[in-house]
Amino acid sequence: MDEKLPPPNPPEPSPPERELHSRRTFLMNVGIALNAAVAAAIATPVVVYLIGPVLRRKEYRAWIDLGNACDFPAGETKLITFKNPFTDPWDGATANIPAYVRCSEPGKFTVFAINCAHLGCPVRWFAESQLFMCPCHGGVYYADGSRASGPPERGLFTYEIKVENGKLMIKAGQVPTLSNRAANTPCPSATEPISPGLVSRIAPCPPTTKDPGTNASTIG
Amino acid sequence: MSADHKGPWYKRVYDWLEQRVQLEGPIADAALHPVPRSTASWWYVFGSASLTLLILQVVTGILLGIVYTPSAAHAWDSLQLLNHSLPLGWFLRAMHGWGSNFMVAVVLIHMAQVFLFGAYKFPRELTWILGVFMLLMTLGMAFTGQVLRFDQDAYWGLGIGVSIAGRVPIIGGALVDLLMGGPVINGATLTRFFALHVFVIPGTLLAFTALHVWMVLKLGVNEWPMPGRIVRRETYIQEYNQLAHKDGIPFVPGAVWKDLFFSAAILLAVAVCAAIFGPYGPKGVPDPAIINTVPKPDFFFLWIYTVLSYLPANLETPFILIVPIVAIAILLALPFVAGVGEKSWWRRPVALFTVLFLAVAFSQLTNLGTYTPWSPQMNAWSSAAVPVNFLRNRTPLERQGANVLQEKQCRNCHALGGVGGMRGPALDSVATRLTEDQLYRQVLLGGGNMPAYGSALSPAETTALVRFLETLHPDYQQPATDASRQVAAQ
Repeated sequence: MDEKLPPPNPPEPSPPERELHSRRTFLMNVGIALNAAVAAAIATPVVVYLIGPVLRRKEYRAWIDLGNACDFPAGETKLITFKNPFTDPWDGATANIPAYVRCSEPGKFTVFAINCAHLGCPVRWFAESQLFMCPCHGGVYYADGSRASGPPERGLFTYEIKVENGKLMIKAGQVPTLSNRAANTPCPSATEPISPGLVSRIAPCPPTTKDPGTNASTIG
Repeated sequence: MSADHKGPWYKRVYDWLEQRVQLEGPIADAALHPVPRSTASWWYVFGSASLTLLILQVVTGILLGIVYTPSAAHAWDSLQLLNHSLPLGWFLRAMHGWGSNFMVAVVLIHMAQVFLFGAYKFPRELTWILGVFMLLMTLGMAFTGQVLRFDQDAYWGLGIGVSIAGRVPIIGGALVDLLMGGPVINGATLTRFFALHVFVIPGTLLAFTALHVWMVLKLGVNEWPMPGRIVRRETYIQEYNQLAHKDGIPFVPGAVWKDLFFSAAILLAVAVCAAIFGPYGPKGVPDPAIINTVPKPDFFFLWIYTVLSYLPANLETPFILIVPIVAIAILLALPFVAGVGEKSWWRRPVALFTVLFLAVAFSQLTNLGTYTPWSPQMNAWSSAAVPVNFLRNRTPLERQGANVLQEKQCRNCHALGGVGGMRGPALDSVATRLTEDQLYRQVLLGGGNMPAYGSALSPAETTALVRFLETLHPDYQQPATDASRQVAAQ
C-alpha cells in the first residue's frame, strides 16, 4: 500500500468469456433486479411515512374558543394561552400556545401571534409605551401590530377571528411563518393591496401612514 | 495447531484469536506505513484530536441516552435528574456539552490547517470534500444537541430554524411541517431531532470518518509544504513516495506520539472544563407560555445570531437562503479549482488572508453575540434606576420627565449612566446633540430605528420628558440650541 499512490488495483483474473453469459450470471442479475424492485416497493411507504406531517396539514387548524368576548376590555392588549388543537399526550407544556388579544374598541378584536415576524421569538407587550418588543434581534411593533423598528419585514402575524355566541374564537394551530396562511392575512392597518410575487415576500406590508405611531389605529 | 501449545497463556490466546481474525497484517501495515519526516509535527495533531473527541461524544452520548427521555413533557425533567439526582450525572452532561464545543473548535482548526497547508490539493480532493460534509455534520450535531437540551433556548431556537425554513420559496411550508413533524414545535419535533442527533447524523458521520481516515492512510499524510514545491498531477505521487520512503519515518511511533499527547491533553481539557464550569443548562422549562425569556444560541452559533440582527430587512431572506449554499459550493469546488500548484501559505496570500478575515469576522460577530447590543433590555425600565446625579437640582417638571423616561420603557433601548439597552444611543449627553424642537420631533415621530411615541404619550408627559432630556448634558457643555430662535426673539 505504501509503494504507489494511489495503490494499484491487483489485476483481476478476467473470467472466461462463457462465464459472463452463463446461467449463474443471468440468475445473479435477476437477483439484483428482484432486490431493486423490492427496495423500490419498500421505499414508497417509507417516503410517505416521512412526509406524513406535510400530508396531514389540512387537519392542523381549528376554531379555538378564547372565552367570553366581553372579558377583553376595550383599549387593552392581553396575553392569553390556548391549547393547540393538534396535540399529543407527550407534548407537555409545548401544547400551550400564547397569543395577544387586543380589543381596540368594544367588539373590535385583533389576535396577534406571539411570534415575531422576523424569526419567531416571543414578543413582549409593554402597555406603558404601547409597544411589542422582541428580545432576540430587537424587532419592535406598535399596538396595532404594525412594524415600528428593527429587522422585521412586516407587522405581527394575526389569527382569523370570529365572535360566536359571545365567545371570541380564533382559527389557530400552526406556527405562523412567512410561508403559510399567516403570511397572507392582511398586515395590521394595511390599506393598500398586498404586492404580488417576490416583492410581497420581501416587503409585504407597505408603510400605510405617513407617520406611523401617531394615528388613532396604533393607540392601544 | 502445535504452535498454540507453546509460550505463556496470553500468547496462546492471542495466537488463537489472530489465526481466526487475521487483523495483525493490515493493522501493522497501517501503523508502520512511512510518512514524510516533516509531517511528524504538532500542526498535524488536530485531525486525530477530532476523532478522539468524536469517540468521546459517542461514548458520553450513549451514557446520557441511558437516562435521557426524548419526550417534550419529560426531557427537561430527565436532564434535571441527570444534573441533580444521579451521582455524577452532571459531570457526564458537562463532558458531552464541553466535548461538543471542543469538537467544533478542533474541527475548525483542523480545517484551517488543512487549507493553509494545501492538503486539499491532488490527490486528496475527495478527502477534503468528505471533510466538508463532516464539518456540516459536526455543526448539525451541535445544533440538534442544543435542541435535545429541551429548554426555552431550544424551543425558541427551533422557532428561528422554522422561521428560516419558512422563507424558502415554494416548498417553505412543507419544509416547516417536515422540520417540526407537525403544525407546532412539540413532542413530534423533539423525537425527530432525537433520531437525527442519535442515529442519522452520527451514523453518517462515523461512516464518513472511517472513509476519511482510510483515504488518509491510502493517500498518505500531506507533506509539509515548501515554497516552490509545486503540485503537478504527473509527478506528485512519485515525489511524495520519495519523501515518504527516502526521508520518511514509520507513522508508529515516529509521528503518533504527538497525536497521543495532544489527544490526551484535549480529553483532559474537556474534563477540566466540565468539572469547573459544569453542564450547560437546561435553562427555563420549555413552556412557550413563559414569554419572559431571552433566547440565545450556543457559542458556535452566536455569530449567526449577530448576522441575523444586522442584516437589512430586504436583504435578509436572499442572504439566509443563498449565502450558505454558495459558501458550501465554494468549499466543495475548492480542490477542483485549486487542485494543483503552490501548497505553501508563503505563496498563497489570498488563502492566508481569507482565513485571517474569517477568523476576525467570526470572533467579532461572536463577541457582539455575547452581549447583543441590538436587543432591547426588557427589564431595564423597571430595574435600572435613573442615576441620582441626573436628578439633582432639577425642577419638579424635569423630575417628572425622568419618571416618564422610566415608565415608557425608554431605558430598554437607551442607556443612562452606562446602564440600559444599547439599541439606541445613550442619553447621557443627548441635549448637546438635539435641540428642544428636535427632541420633540424625535420623541413624537420616531425616526432612524426609533418607534414613534406620539400615541403613547400625553402632551403633558411629552413636555416633561423633553424638559428632562434637555438637562442631560455635561456641566462643561451647553445644550444645543436653535440659533434662529435668538434671531426671532430680537
